[in-house]
Order: sequence, then structure tokens, then C-alpha cells
Amino acid sequence: MHAVTDISTRQVWDLLEEVTDPEVPVLSILDLGIVRDVKVDNDKVNIVITPTYSGCPAMDVISMSIRMQLLSHGYKEINISMVLSPAWTTDWMTEAGKQKLKAYGIAPPNHSQQVCKTELFADAEAVQCPHCDSWNTRRLSEFGSTACKSLFQCNDCHEPFDYFKCH
Amino acid sequence: MQSQTLINYSLYLADNTLILAQRNAEWCGHGPVLEQDIALTNISLDLLGQARSFYQYAAELINAANPGAAPATEDSLAYLRDVYAFRNCLINELPNGDWGQTVLRQFFFSAYQFLLYEKLKQSPDETLAAIAEKSLKEVTYHLRWSSEWVIRLGDGTEESHARMNKALDELWSFTGEIFEAAPFEKAAAEAGYGVDPASLKDAWMEKVTDIFTQATLTVPAQRWMQTGGKEGKHSEHLGFILAEMQFLQRAYPNAQW
Repeated sequence: MHAVTDISTRQVWDLLEEVTDPEVPVLSILDLGIVRDVKVDNDKVNIVITPTYSGCPAMDVISMSIRMQLLSHGYKEINISMVLSPAWTTDWMTEAGKQKLKAYGIAPPNHSQQVCKTELFADAEAVQCPHCDSWNTRRLSEFGSTACKSLFQCNDCHEPFDYFKCH
Repeated sequence: MQSQTLINYSLYLADNTLILAQRNAEWCGHGPVLEQDIALTNISLDLLGQARSFYQYAAELINAANPGAAPATEDSLAYLRDVYAFRNCLINELPNGDWGQTVLRQFFFSAYQFLLYEKLKQSPDETLAAIAEKSLKEVTYHLRWSSEWVIRLGDGTEESHARMNKALDELWSFTGEIFEAAPFEKAAAEAGYGVDPASLKDAWMEKVTDIFTQATLTVPAQRWMQTGGKEGKHSEHLGFILAEMQFLQRAYPNAQW
């Protein structure tokens, strides 16, 4: 996150905190770590966001939600641009965001340094059950209800759950 | 001249991912079980996203080179070019066959994409490097998923093993083209921003051999290989894909969601 320099920039960041991911509505786009920069010049706002996955269909909706949120708070000229590099990583997700995910029943992503280096293809990843906290879980499918999740089941409480994949 | 090479190279990368995305999407609602149906359509979506990034870049380059002409867009490049303009490898336009053939093709192509993007993310062309860096994370999951399926089916039942051998027979002669550099790939590699696919072949073969060993499958002996896709000489299958994919834009020009 970037240093907050003046009141209007801070206000825009605060407004963005209220914009949520349409597919995981407990997360704000700041929790998700996809807002890379905010610049405010009078009522002109420039916002830079980065996609989570190349084909993530939520990005268009998120852009529109940002625009609606700022328009309804009096900002007239809003420019939203998309950057690909540096590539988004789940390490940019805030701790608060991870806690919200867990409370929502989605296991938060592990740290990417530990488990999702590209060399570690077949290594089984230890994922904690968001319901009973057991580490005794198994992966049912590499892909879940959205590109950013995979499907797990807990061997102890037997609940199936989504895991937000590290990326 | 230089910009034409970069345009062709970007279109090649875009077409490969778009056509495979379209083929995989045909499984939507037809997967063997719900979880795997979702897995393959997620992979399709990732590939479609990668295709969009490459098409957007190609459109930007085309428009910069042709000021005053009607501007190209990601949509015009995907929906309004005909068969001969597409540069995708033939393997990606082949019909899906059964589940085994679909996952084997995905494995072959993901193993190539993984190696390609690892190199391309170091490209001095910042846009290509950024797309590669982004896509590499996605392809890592595709490769892991498809490798597991090749192993499961190859080292599965008598029936699944036989089907994987049949799939291998269908697909193997289409793998050579991937590593045979087209003129625009050679030029892109010489200019320093592209990757010569021939330089990826040994590492690809090593990965295939490793997974095949676990899958109790045998890497076929050297044989004659199909080519043509990169030059726009396609099988009859591509026309049918485009007919379906492009119908709406052709029938209702500029229609939008």
C-alpha cells in the first residue's frame, strides 16, 4: 500500500474499502490487494488495479463498482487502468482479509514462499480446515467454484470447503 | 518490419491460447464429474484471459503501425479474422476426443507453455514479460492438474491405459510443430524479445518422460510430424471452431453483451 499524502486521497482509499469482490463478497478490494495506486487531483481520480487471474470475470464488475462508488461521492472524472506487472500474488492479501475469509468458511491462502513455488508441482500442500482448524484435510479438486479457489474436505469434521489458492 | 514481427508473434501467442480455450470450453456441462467439469472450464477461462492480454497488445501494435485505419481491437482480432490468418498450432484445434485425449493435449500444451512463459517473463519487451509473469502462475496449476490426470489414467485400469495409448497415437504427431520455429518466432528470438521454441524441446521431453514413466506410458519413437498451423495452413477443424465462435459477431456486427 502507498503512503497517504492528503485528505482527498485518504478519502478515496476509504471509499475503496467499501467496494467488495463480487464473487467473495466478504472481501473488500483492498483486502484482496488489487488496488495498486490512487492519485487524486481535485475531482479527478486515477486508480490503478491489477487482475487476480488473467481471465477473472470479476474484474469488469469491480471496475464498474469502483466507478459507481466514486461517482456517488462526487468525483466526476475517474480513470481506472489495469497493470499486469508485478503480477498479483495472494501475499498481498491483508491479514484482516484472511481472517474474514476464514470466518466466511473459505480457507485463506498459504504464504506463496512456502508452498507454491513453481518447482513444487506434486507437493501436497497442508491446508487448515476453516471450520474445525484441523490440518488433517485432503484436496478434492485443484479448481473450485472460481479460478482462485480449489476444493478441499476435512478428514476430521468431514466438511467440504473452498481453499483460496496461493498464487 | 520489426513491428510486424512483434505483431505476428503476439498473435501467435494469442491464437494458441484462444483456440485451446474454445476447445476446452466445449466440455462445459459435459465433464465426467462436476469437479472436473469446473476444473477444465477454469483452465479454459485462464487461457481466454491470456489470449485477451495478447490480443490487446497486438491491437495496440497494429493501431500504432496503421494510424488512420479502422482501429483493431481484441474483439476484431478474435472474431473477424478467417482461418488462414490464425497461427495456432494444429494440436489445439483437434477435436477433444474423450476425456483422456483432452487431458493429454492439455498436459502437452501446459508443459510447453510453462517453459515458454518462464523464459518470456524475462523478455525485454515489458508487455510480453508482464503477460508471461502473470500467466505462468496459472499454467503451473494447469500443468499440475493435467499431469495428475495423465498419471491417473495411464496407470489406472486396463481400459483407461488403453485409451491413453489411443490418445497418444492421435496426438503425438502434432507435438513436433510446437517446437519448430516459424519465421516470426525465429525473428522474435533473434530480436531478443521472443523465445526460440526449439530451445524448449529438451526440457519438454524430460517433463513428458518423467510423467509418462509414472503413468506407465511409453514415449513414442521419432516419427513424421504434422506442421502448418503457424503458417495458417490448418486442418478442416479450425473452420468449424471459428464458425461457432464468430457467428454472433458476423451475424450481428459490433454486438455487445
